[in-house]
Amino acid sequence: MTTFIAGISTLSLARWQFGITTVFHFLFVPLTIGLGLLVAILQTATYRTGDLSYDRMTKFFGKLFLVNFAIGVVTGIVQEFQFGMDWSRYSVFVGNIFGAPLAIEALLAFFLESTFIGIWIFGRGRVSARIHLASIWMASIGTMLSAAFIIAANSWMQHPVGYAIDARTHQAVMTNFWAVMTNPTFLAAYGHVLSAAFLTGSVFMLAIAAWHLRKGHDLAGFGKAARVAIVVTVLASIATMFLGDSQAKQMEVQQPMKMAAAEALYNTTNGASFSLLTIGDLSGNAVFQVRVPHILSVLATNTWDGKVQGINQLQKQATQKYGAGSYVPVIWVCYWTFRLMVGLGILLFLLGGVALWLVRKHRLEKSPRFLRFASWMVLAPFLANSFGWIFTEVGRQPWVVYGLLKTSKAVTLISPGYVATSLIGFTAIYTLLAVIEIGLMLKLAKIPPVIETSEEAERVPELIY
Amino acid sequence: MLLALHPLSPSGLQQLWFALILVLWLGYFFLEGFDFGVGTLLPFVSKDDTDRRVVINTIGPVWDGNEVWLLTAGGATFAAFPLWYATVFSGFYLALFLVLAALIFRGMAFEFRHKRDDARWTTWWDRAIFWGSALPALLWGVAFADFVHGVPIAANATWTGNFFDLVKPYALLGGVSTLLLFTLHGATYLGLKTDGAIRDRAHAIATRLAPVTFLAVTGFLLWTYQTAHTMHHEGLVPPLLPIVGILALAGVSWLVREKLEGWAFLATAIVIVAFFSTLFLNLYPNVLISSVSPHFDISIVGAASHRYTLEVMSWVALIFTPLVLLYQSWTYWIFRKRVSRPGSASETSQHPTNV
Repeated sequence: MTTFIAGISTLSLARWQFGITTVFHFLFVPLTIGLGLLVAILQTATYRTGDLSYDRMTKFFGKLFLVNFAIGVVTGIVQEFQFGMDWSRYSVFVGNIFGAPLAIEALLAFFLESTFIGIWIFGRGRVSARIHLASIWMASIGTMLSAAFIIAANSWMQHPVGYAIDARTHQAVMTNFWAVMTNPTFLAAYGHVLSAAFLTGSVFMLAIAAWHLRKGHDLAGFGKAARVAIVVTVLASIATMFLGDSQAKQMEVQQPMKMAAAEALYNTTNGASFSLLTIGDLSGNAVFQVRVPHILSVLATNTWDGKVQGINQLQKQATQKYGAGSYVPVIWVCYWTFRLMVGLGILLFLLGGVALWLVRKHRLEKSPRFLRFASWMVLAPFLANSFGWIFTEVGRQPWVVYGLLKTSKAVTLISPGYVATSLIGFTAIYTLLAVIEIGLMLKLAKIPPVIETSEEAERVPELIY
Repeated sequence: MLLALHPLSPSGLQQLWFALILVLWLGYFFLEGFDFGVGTLLPFVSKDDTDRRVVINTIGPVWDGNEVWLLTAGGATFAAFPLWYATVFSGFYLALFLVLAALIFRGMAFEFRHKRDDARWTTWWDRAIFWGSALPALLWGVAFADFVHGVPIAANATWTGNFFDLVKPYALLGGVSTLLLFTLHGATYLGLKTDGAIRDRAHAIATRLAPVTFLAVTGFLLWTYQTAHTMHHEGLVPPLLPIVGILALAGVSWLVREKLEGWAFLATAIVIVAFFSTLFLNLYPNVLISSVSPHFDISIVGAASHRYTLEVMSWVALIFTPLVLLYQSWTYWIFRKRVSRPGSASETSQHPTNV
C-alpha cells in the first residue's frame, strides 16, 4: 500500500474521510427525520383545530427544519459517491447487492422527499390546505423510507444474507432480494435508528421550547410544542432502549467480537458483570472499575448466568476460520462509545420522564432550572447518535463486510495525495458549513414568533427564497 | 430474456440497463441543466437583489428534485454496473470532488441566502450559486467526453494516469459545450418563467449565446461522430442523432426572437438529449474506453451485475418510475406561473406560461 508523508496510507486517510463525512452527515439526518415528523404533527394539529398557536409552532420549527434539511441533502450526495471514490474495490465486490438498495433509496425516497419539500415550501397559499398538509407528510415519509434503504445496505455489511460468491469474478452477487430486505439485523437496526431519530427531533424541539418558556415568549405556542415534544421523547426513548437491547442480543450471536469489545471482556465468562466505568489501560489491567454483577450476561443473552464470549477466545476462533491476523477492533473506542451512547440514551429517557411529571403537575413553565437543563440537553441526542455509529462501524473492523471482505482490501488503489486533498477539502467545507449552520440555527431559534391574526397568518410572501 | 451469444454482445437485460442509465442522465441534464444555466446567468440577468430573488425563485421549488436524478443515476450505475461506478468515481477523483463541493455550496445557497438580511451574506451565497452552477456544468461535459475518448485504464480497470490525462482538447471542448449549452438552456427557461425586464434580458442573452453554443456543440458532435468511426471500438452513432441536435440548436435564436418561448426551451432540451445520446451510443457496447489499449476497455458485459440483480431492479424501476414522473411533473404544473417582482403583479403573471 502506498504511503504519504510520515507513512500515512491511503487506507487510513480513506477511513478518516469516511468517518468524518458519515458522522457529519448523520448529525443532520436524524434531526431531519425527527423534526419532519414533529412538524407534520404540529401542522396536522393546526389543520384539525384551527388553533393559531399550533400554526405559529409549525412555521417556527418548519424554518429550522428546512435549514437542517438542506445540509442533510448536500452532505448526502457525498455519501453516495464516496463509495466509488475511496472504496472502489469494495464497490466492485458488493455492487450487485449494495447498489440495489442505494438506487431504490434514490428512486423511492429521495424523489419523494425532495419533490414534496418543494411543494411544502412554495405551495402554502397556492395549493389547498389539505394538499399542503399532505406534502409535509409525504416528505416525512420520504425521510423515513430513505433511512430504511441505507440501513438495509449497512446491515448487509454487518450481517451478509441472500448472496453467493461468484466463483469467476469473486464478487458477492445477490441471490435473494427479499432476504436482504428482511435481514433481522436490518429490522432491529432500522427500529433503533428511527426511534433515535424521533428522539433527536423531540429533544431538539423540547430544548428550544424550554428556552422560550423560560424567557416567557409565546407561552401558548411553546407550551403546546413542549407537550408534543415531551410525549414523543418519552415514547421514543423507551423504544430506542428496547430496540437497542434486542440489537445487543443479536450482536452477541452475529458479531460476538463487537459485543466483547464493547465490554472490553477479554475472557469468556458465565454470568458476566457489566462494567459501568473502567480506568486503566483497557488491555485487561484495570486500575479502577465499577461493575454490576451478571448484567452483561442478561443484556447479551437474556439469562442470569449466560455465557458471554471473550476477545481472546474469539480471536483464536477467527484465526482458525479466516487465517492469521488480528480480528480485534480498537477496544477503547468500542468500550467508550458504547457506554456513552447507552448513558446518554438513559439520560434522555429521564429527561422525558421528569418533563412529563412536571407537565402532569402543571409545573413545567414554573421550573426555570429544569427548563435550562432541558435546553442544554439538545447536545445529548447528537452525541449519542454519533457514538452509536462510531461504535457499530469501528466494532465491525477489521471487516468492511463481516466475514467476507476486509477493510484493507476494500480501499481504492490510488495515491494517498488524492485522498488527503479531498479529506482536507471536505473537512474544511464541513467545518465552514457547521459554523454557518449553527450560527443560523441559533439566530432563527432565538427569534420568538410574532403573534398574528388569522388573516395575517394566511398571508404568503410573493417571493419565498 | 435474450442470452449473450458473444462475450461482447450484451444481453437484453444489460442493454435495457445501459439504456436506463442513459435515460437517468438525460433526465438529470435536461432538468438540472436549466438549474445550472439559471445559476450561471444569475449575475447577468439581474440588476438588483429583487431580480436575483426572482431568478432563484424560478427554480426554487424544483431544483432539489432535479438533483435527485443525479443520485438515482449514480445509485443505478452502482447497482447495475458496479465496475463502471467504481472505476469512474475513483478515477475522476479530484474532478468529482470539485463537483461535489460545488453542489454542496450551491444547494446550501438556495436555502440560506434569504435567511439573513445582510448584503455581504447574500453576496457570498450569490457567488456560491454562480460557481456552484458553472463549475459542474463544465466538468460534467469534460467527464462524459473522457468516457468516449478514453481514460488511462490498464488491466483490471486500474488507473495509470493522473488528473491531467482527463483534460485533453476533446474533453475541454466537451466541457465548454455543456457549459454553454446548459447556460443557453437556462436562458430559454428564464424566458419562459419570468416577466418584464428579466425576461427581456434572458431573451437577449439567449440570442447572443446561441451562435457561440452552436459553434462549440456542432464542433464537438462532429468530432464525436468522427471518433465513432475511426477509433478502435465498435460504437455506432446513427447520424440522425447529432443532426437533429445541431438543427434544433440552429433554430434557437430564431425561436427566441419570434417569442416562441416554449418552443425555444423545447429546442435546447432536444439538443441536450441528442448531445448525451450521441455520447452514449458512441460508447456502446462499452461503458468506458481505455486510452492505453482496446484490450482494457470496460464493456457493458464486463461491468454488469448478475441477471438476478438486474431483474429485481427492473421490477422496481417499472413500478416506481412512472409514479415519480407523475408527481414530479405535477409540481411543474403547480408552479407553472411566471415569477415576477413583488408589487409588479402584472396581468401576465396571472396567466400560466404559454408552452
